[in-house]
Formats: sequence, structure tokens, C-alpha cells
Amino acid sequence: MKLTGAQIFFECLKKEGVEVMFGFPGGAVIDIYNEMPNHDIRHILVRHEQGAAHMADGYARATGRVGVCLVTSGPGATNTVTGIATAYMDSVPMVIFTGQVPTALIGNDAFQEVDIVGISRPCTKHNYLVKNVEELATVIKEAFYLARSGRPGPVLVDLPKDVLQAQIEFRYPKRVELKGYRPTLDAHLGQIKRAHDAIAKSKQPVIYAGGGVIISSANKELTRLAELMQAPVTTTLMGLGAFPATIEGPTGNRELNPKWLGMLGMHGTFRANMAVSHADLLLAVGARFDDRVTGKIAGFAPNAKIIHIDVDPTSISKNVVVDIPIVGDCKNALEKLIESFEKDPLKDLETVRAPWFKQIEDWRTNFPLAYKQEPDIIKPQFVVEKLYELSNGNAIITTEVGQNQMWTAQYYHFNEPRTLLTSGGLGTMGYGLPAAIGAQVAFPDRLVIDVAGDGSIQMNIQELITAVCNCLPVKVAILNNKYLGMVRQWQELFYQKNYCATCLDAAPDFVKLAEAYGAVGLRATKPEEVEPVIREAFAVNKPVLMEFVVAQEEGVYPMVPAGKNISEMLLV
Amino acid sequence: MEKNGNGQKHTIGVVVENRPGVLSRVVGLFSGRGFNIECLTVAVTNEPGQSRITLVTKGDQQVLEQIVKQLNKLINVIKVIDFREVEFVNREMALIKVKADQQTRAEILRIVDIFRAKVVDVSPNFYTIEVTGDDGKIAAILELLGQIGVTEVARTGKVAMARAKKH
Repeated sequence: MKLTGAQIFFECLKKEGVEVMFGFPGGAVIDIYNEMPNHDIRHILVRHEQGAAHMADGYARATGRVGVCLVTSGPGATNTVTGIATAYMDSVPMVIFTGQVPTALIGNDAFQEVDIVGISRPCTKHNYLVKNVEELATVIKEAFYLARSGRPGPVLVDLPKDVLQAQIEFRYPKRVELKGYRPTLDAHLGQIKRAHDAIAKSKQPVIYAGGGVIISSANKELTRLAELMQAPVTTTLMGLGAFPATIEGPTGNRELNPKWLGMLGMHGTFRANMAVSHADLLLAVGARFDDRVTGKIAGFAPNAKIIHIDVDPTSISKNVVVDIPIVGDCKNALEKLIESFEKDPLKDLETVRAPWFKQIEDWRTNFPLAYKQEPDIIKPQFVVEKLYELSNGNAIITTEVGQNQMWTAQYYHFNEPRTLLTSGGLGTMGYGLPAAIGAQVAFPDRLVIDVAGDGSIQMNIQELITAVCNCLPVKVAILNNKYLGMVRQWQELFYQKNYCATCLDAAPDFVKLAEAYGAVGLRATKPEEVEPVIREAFAVNKPVLMEFVVAQEEGVYPMVPAGKNISEMLLV
Repeated sequence: MEKNGNGQKHTIGVVVENRPGVLSRVVGLFSGRGFNIECLTVAVTNEPGQSRITLVTKGDQQVLEQIVKQLNKLINVIKVIDFREVEFVNREMALIKVKADQQTRAEILRIVDIFRAKVVDVSPNFYTIEVTGDDGKIAAILELLGQIGVTEVARTGKVAMARAKKH
């Protein structure tokens, strides 16, 4: 039996196991929407296409599955670009379907026509314009395969209207044949041996893990290897959750994991940055030596032999030249290293490592993460600590971008992978709320919290109605300092307090705004109100906007000024 | 780090799937990442569905390494031939329009002869010359003809091929 392109679209999605997509209709994709009621794939109607892209992203990061969004041509497509670039920078598996004008009109400046394949080329892993219905199923199959395999990423598929209307026998290809795409997953044993030998010689090793560990579900392996190496672990922002920040203490309480250094980099902990700066060996796993991590390149891990495991060869020796590159899937490489150390264990580890851990402990106690509590004004860090405490560390946290994001990274302890969803690479304000909605769709029974700033939250606030009408009880904690806080902090420190265009004292009443959307609005203005507000928000089974009126000019510390070595931190 | 300022010229061969937009992916990669393209040629090969791009770029070893890796990462790129690693032959063709009058015609023809070039078009005041060779040869003939009066040059850009193994 012949099927239309629109019908084939749904058959392909079913074959790929897609359960939900996030979208917004328009003329070019009406045929898909017309077919939608005949299929039981859930569709979440967003209020802005950027929201759809971030929701698919949040869904993908929370589950590890491919997130799907569907938008129309022209502005529908261009509105997803920020969301696509966000996913690309953080290696998030996504397939974005965009409508396109009929093939006969392509290139004619038709109504709602845009060359989205051209526009999205630099921010997708790959993209396709489907020229005829014969290739539709193959393209969709390839798109999902590319999105989830190797180093994952977003893949865009542009669907002209006539292709969706044309008919053909439906056959789904069994296999994908891509001559130019063979990701190296299997780590080379010779390199593993070299890494083993280098690690065996080291006295002050540090493991530096990134988002790749989470993507390849290698967190257990990372923990095991840290055990076998007796090495402290730091992670990037993207890697938070790959290594347990806390462990169960003797009394059954959670306490800080002695191997955990905290995040490194521009707003990393003192001990993490100092440990990397003094390490004689750095094992980088699924991280890419981003400038926010390394600071001045020449001063990054200056004494360390560097081993780098990454599935993407372009990440290796891109910014920092490494001594032992290992191309492969993180999990595969870590398993091989574990096997190697189990067979040939390191000797006298306790004695060899004792001075190193003593040094790290000194750094931690002398320069802990800290802020000054005040009686009458809420400190933003205090709010994050309370969110951690009252959620028992079990929430899925999303963030916006800026100070709210850094305080979350510093003061919420992440123990499990896929519990922090944040725009690390692109730094997209407006990411947190839609990402939280995407995560809540995947996990309706879990507590999902977006830690937001008063600036960021307004960038995609329209999606609050998406949460309300789909009964997705996300909690938003707005740390309202009436500033674009991170930019203000830079102006304070490096631009003589010239607070140009960063003051947001003209703001909506967030409580009324929440109520206008049919959500619950709560406000805390004093420290003692923080806990009751959070408890109330957690207790109600509806979306909640919590506004915390916080200290206006609080800064994020430690801070490594741009261009400095990461050991040169400003401390409060 | 300055990406392109220093460093030597390098020739890279890129075998790609012959599909719409592939060239733009390759070129976009260079412009988007601040890599340099000195010249670029592209045409179909003997394999159906495959085209071959030869490009010349400039950069230090680390940049070159990135270029090769980034090219390999493109889904439509089937193979990257890094001519740093192998011996290769390379050729380029140039069409050169040169002023030719009573006094200079004989000299031009002598130069053409020495370089095994060809005169492919003649008009009362101009010769158009076709010459094939490597960088050095093209530069040399341009230098000589330049002294007489070159008015227009069109070059194909370089094509390159690794030498076959001796046994």
C-alpha cells in the first residue's frame, strides 16, 4: 500500500521508538499535523519554536534518547536555530524536522521560505533537504543514527510540502550505509598501555571528566577507575553528575566525597584549580579543554603529562597539546583501563597518594566555597543550598545562564548523571525553563527545578503556559537580583562599575505573572522565608514560579579573570 | 594563537560524496573555523557518485592536524588524503593573456616553446597561452611574460595525486 510522505514520517518515527515530539504547526507542515491524530506519538504544542528545540534538548539530556522537534518553514525553522546551536555545542542527540516550501518553489523567495539547511550547516552534526519522497525513509533513518551515534549531536531534516504529500510504498531500510561516517569507538590497546604506564609513574594525578562521560553512560566506570588510581576527580560544568559529589558517611548521612574536587575552571573551586595546576598527570575523559576550563592555555596543568580520551578526534590537541591521545568511546576506554589496573594494580597507593590528598584537603579547608550569610537579605547561594537540602539532592536541575548557573554548579551537589541540564557550550539564556519542561515530560513523577535569573527567565517565559496546560509541574526558582548579574559582575570587576544596560529594576511582578499563566507564584524576601517557600512549591502538583529577592551585587567566586592562569583566582 | 599567519602551504585531497551542498560544507568549515584556503579545485572522479577536491591551505602543524580531522568529521567526506605524509605529483593549468606586438611576438613564442606551453588564441594585439605545470613552473613563466605585459590570468588551481608505490 502506498503511503504519503506525512504518513511515512510517522511510520519512521515509530520505528525509531519516538514517543514524544515538541512542535509548532504552520503551512508547510500542515500535512504532518493533519496526519498526527492517527498516530499515538505525543505532541507537546509549544508557544515559540525555540522552546520546542530546548524541550527536545532537555528531554534528550535527561533520558539519553533522541529528542525530536517539528516546526514549519521560514520563521519556524529560524526560531529553532539557537536551540540547535545549544544542542550542537553540548553534543545532544536531537532530530529537528522543519517544513519547507514545495520543491518547485525552492529558491524563489517564496512565502515563509528560508534556506534552513544553509543556515544550520555550521551548528548541526549533519543536515538534509529531502528532495523526493523516495529518499524520505532513508534520510530519517540516517538522521536518527547520526544524532545518537559517535559524538551525538543535532541533525536537521528539511521537508518540502510536496514531499509530504507525494505517495510511495513504505520500506524502512534495515541498515544505514554512510561511507564517510565510521566513528572510532574502540580504544586502541597500545594507547591504553601507554596511559597505564604514565599513570603508574604519577604521584599527583587528577582526573578531569566532562560531559562525554555522561553521554556514554560511563559514570560507574569513572568512579571505579578513580578508586583503582586513588585519584581525585574534577569535572567540567557538563560533567557534573558523572562522579558522585557526596557519599554515604559512617552515620548514614551524605558527606562530601573525599575524592571530589568540585568543578574546575573560571568559577571552579580553589582545590580543583589548584590540583590541576599542581598535577603531574591529568587524565581528561570526554572533555574538550574549553577556554572557560583552561584559562590561559600555557598555564593549564603546566607540570602534567596529559592523557585525553575522546570519541571525537577533533577535540584532541585542539586547544591543548596532549601526550597520550586515546580516541574512543569513554566507556570503552575506561573499561579497558580498569581491566588493565585490575590485572596489574598500582602498588603502595595509600603511601604514594597520602601527601597529595593531604594537600588537597588543606586547599579545601583553607579556601572552601563560601559566602557571607546576612540576617536581612537572602543570599542566592543560600537558596541553591536549600534547594539541594529540601530536594534531598534528588531533583533534575536545569539552569539558565549566568550567575544562577554557576551558583547551581557550585552549591548543588550532583551525584547522578543526567540530573543537571544546562547550556554549557553556547551559554543560552532562556534554556532552563523549556529544558525543564522537556525533562518533566520524560519523568512526570520526578522533581524538576529550573534555577533561573530574573534576566534569563524572561527569554522563554512564554513556555510557562506549555507547562500549565500539559500539567507539567516544573518548579522555577528565580534568583532575582534585579541585574543581568554575570555581566554586572564583569562590569564591577573589569569595567570600573560602569553598569551599562545591566540593570533590570523594571521587571514584571513574577507572582502575578505566574498567576496570569495559571501557575502558582510565590515570593521570598527574607532568609527565613526561603525554606517555607521551597516547601510549599515542592508540595503543590502544579508549575510554580518562586521569586527569591536576593542580594543585588553578590558575585560568583572564585573567579579566574579571562586570560589568567586558573591558579590565579579572585576569592570573594 | 594566530591560525594562518605563519606556517607552510600544504596540499590536501578530499574525496567526497557527489551531493548538493557538499562543497559548501567543506568551504564553510574553512571560513567558520578561520582556516585558510589558498586554492581549491573540484571535479568528478572515476568512481560514480564521488568527487575529488584538491585544496591548498596554510598553517602550522597543529592547524593542519585540525583541518584534516575536521574534514574527516564531515559526514559526506569519504577520504582525506594528507599529502604531508606521501610523495605526490601536482599540476595546475593557467591561461595567460599577454600583449603581443611586432617586437615581442618572437620572444613570447620562444618562452612558450621553452615551457612547453601552447598558444591557444591569437588576436592582432594579444596571445593567449596555455601552460601546465607545478607552482614553480607557472610562477616562472608568469614572471617572464610579466615583463612583456600580462593583461589577464586564469588558473585552475592545483590537482594532486600520490605517487604509486614502486612495488
